[in-house]
Amino acid sequence: MKRPKTLLALSLALCALVSWAVSFAGRSGHPVNAYFLYVAYDVGISIILAVSLNLINGYTGQFSLGHAGFMAAGAYTAGVLSTHLGPRLIPLLGGDSPFAHSIVFLTALLVGGLAAALTGLLVGVPSLRLKGDYLAIVTLGFGEIIRVILQNTPAVGGSRGYSVAMGYTNLFWTYGFAMITIYVVMAMVHSTYGRGFLAVHDDEVAAEAMGINTTRYKVTAFVTGAFFAGIGGGLYAHSKQFLNPSGFDFIKSIEIVVMVILGGMGNTAGVVLAAIVLTLLPEVLRPIAGYRMVIYSLLLIILMLTCPQGLFASIGSGLRRLLRRKTGVSTSPSTHG
Amino acid sequence: MSEFLQQFLNGLALGAIYALIALGYTMVYGVLRFINFAHSDIFMVGAFAAYYFSNWFGRFLPPSSVLGATIITLASMAACALLGVVIEKLAYRPLRDRSKLNVLITAIGVSLFLEYAGQLWFGADPKTFRLLPSQNVHVGDLVLNSNQLIVFGMTLILLLALRFIVMHTRIGTAMRAVSFNHQAAALMGINIDSIISFTFALGSALAAAGGILYAMNYPAIDPLMGVLPGLKAFVAAVLGGIGNIPGAALGGVLLGLVESFVRGSRFSTYADAIAFAILILILLFRPAGILGKRVVEKV
Repeated sequence: MKRPKTLLALSLALCALVSWAVSFAGRSGHPVNAYFLYVAYDVGISIILAVSLNLINGYTGQFSLGHAGFMAAGAYTAGVLSTHLGPRLIPLLGGDSPFAHSIVFLTALLVGGLAAALTGLLVGVPSLRLKGDYLAIVTLGFGEIIRVILQNTPAVGGSRGYSVAMGYTNLFWTYGFAMITIYVVMAMVHSTYGRGFLAVHDDEVAAEAMGINTTRYKVTAFVTGAFFAGIGGGLYAHSKQFLNPSGFDFIKSIEIVVMVILGGMGNTAGVVLAAIVLTLLPEVLRPIAGYRMVIYSLLLIILMLTCPQGLFASIGSGLRRLLRRKTGVSTSPSTHG
Repeated sequence: MSEFLQQFLNGLALGAIYALIALGYTMVYGVLRFINFAHSDIFMVGAFAAYYFSNWFGRFLPPSSVLGATIITLASMAACALLGVVIEKLAYRPLRDRSKLNVLITAIGVSLFLEYAGQLWFGADPKTFRLLPSQNVHVGDLVLNSNQLIVFGMTLILLLALRFIVMHTRIGTAMRAVSFNHQAAALMGINIDSIISFTFALGSALAAAGGILYAMNYPAIDPLMGVLPGLKAFVAAVLGGIGNIPGAALGGVLLGLVESFVRGSRFSTYADAIAFAILILILLFRPAGILGKRVVEKV
């Protein structure tokens, strides 16, 4: 990536174009199959969740199993906002126009993201003292606590679930935010400041000895990751239009973790690929419905045993080696795959 | 007062089961330093093994008798011990030198596999579990279930047996040596692999016993029944100080009591969250647990 900002602008424009084309096709009587559209939203949301978790788990090396909790915080906040405040805000914004709806949606998403970031701050604080397995269990516990609280809050339907009035999610918002997530995470990690995340990941004690404020990096990673998980949750809320606390249990968190592991911790391109593949895989395996989760879990075990660096990391290094052999160009000797 | 005592007894029975599961977590953590996520599903397999064993050779055994139930329980414990050893051999042993994260993910994979394979083979619908007929015993105002008494008795026997194995046998001494230091233990001529296998067998057998006892008290079993008790038992292990065997038992009983009292109060719907709230508080204020020792990180 030579010019990341240009790339971001271009991809955002592309998202807008595709989204417009889809809505145009819908209006002109050739609607795109709704099933494919919803799967496409799911893929985009998975990318957002996996890339944001990768900042915490991959780059910073903190093992969080509570991403579904952050997602739930964002989903419920955004859903409640657009459902309750939306109808009041729209007249103020000049009535029923696409512009007014977009503003309402964007506000809901951002506030949802902020709510999730706040929970991320709450989870980030214990992470200062814990690592590895313990942190995994504590974040898992936080996620479950958020779920139980939602189940016991009648204002959002409790365990019956909550209906979100508007189905605002479309391709532009989903993939636009996916691009922004990728951009922010990449820009953060590849900046001078962001090297600190990698330092915390590699060796916390050494990083601290070098004068890196490890606490601050960890909290930053949690808050940023949670923010985007909240955005993902908001998109999810306005795509499914129905929220149920049990949909945000720790199985959901594990699904996101698996995407990160499969893609290769701290390898954004791999994680994006893994998010796409793993979201499509259950859809492809739908004909053998009973076996699909068995296959999924077996694949996970086999993968961990055979290529622990992540599937796409292995493929990536294999490709690089192949290219090097073909072109005969030897890169610096210190490069290892 | 009698309500307090009643909740206390219920909590004690629940806590005894948590303690049995927590022991498996704590022992595996002691020798391998990782959380065996699949442990909670071995708990589930234990209950199902007893269910199927009692269906299969219930005919040859005196039905609903203590002898029959004992044989079925022992058979299920043996089956789960075998399962635990096989899982360790196939899934964890090849990863022993890799990063802990990889092992953790593999353990999650094994856990998911057992759950989904269970839904496929056993069926996802809850099944009624009857090993022994339960009778209520009245002591003053208190109602004691005969199955609760079995839980107390069996937990006590298993804890004493475990204590004997760990403290007074050669293999128990070897286990303790391995948990102190793998390398030094290996240099003393201890076969690390077989000790780790033995630890898994022991922990899995206890989980199976816990599963059967749980199923006797809450007689509907399904492939996901292990998830929440498993997580709570892990919390119990951390509460008592992970790697510490008496600590796991203590943590289990404490957690069972707290949960029982919360369930008896008007916050009953929050009961599932309380274990995690305790866990977070414990890790914030006393990360080593109640009986654990604080370890200083050295560079």
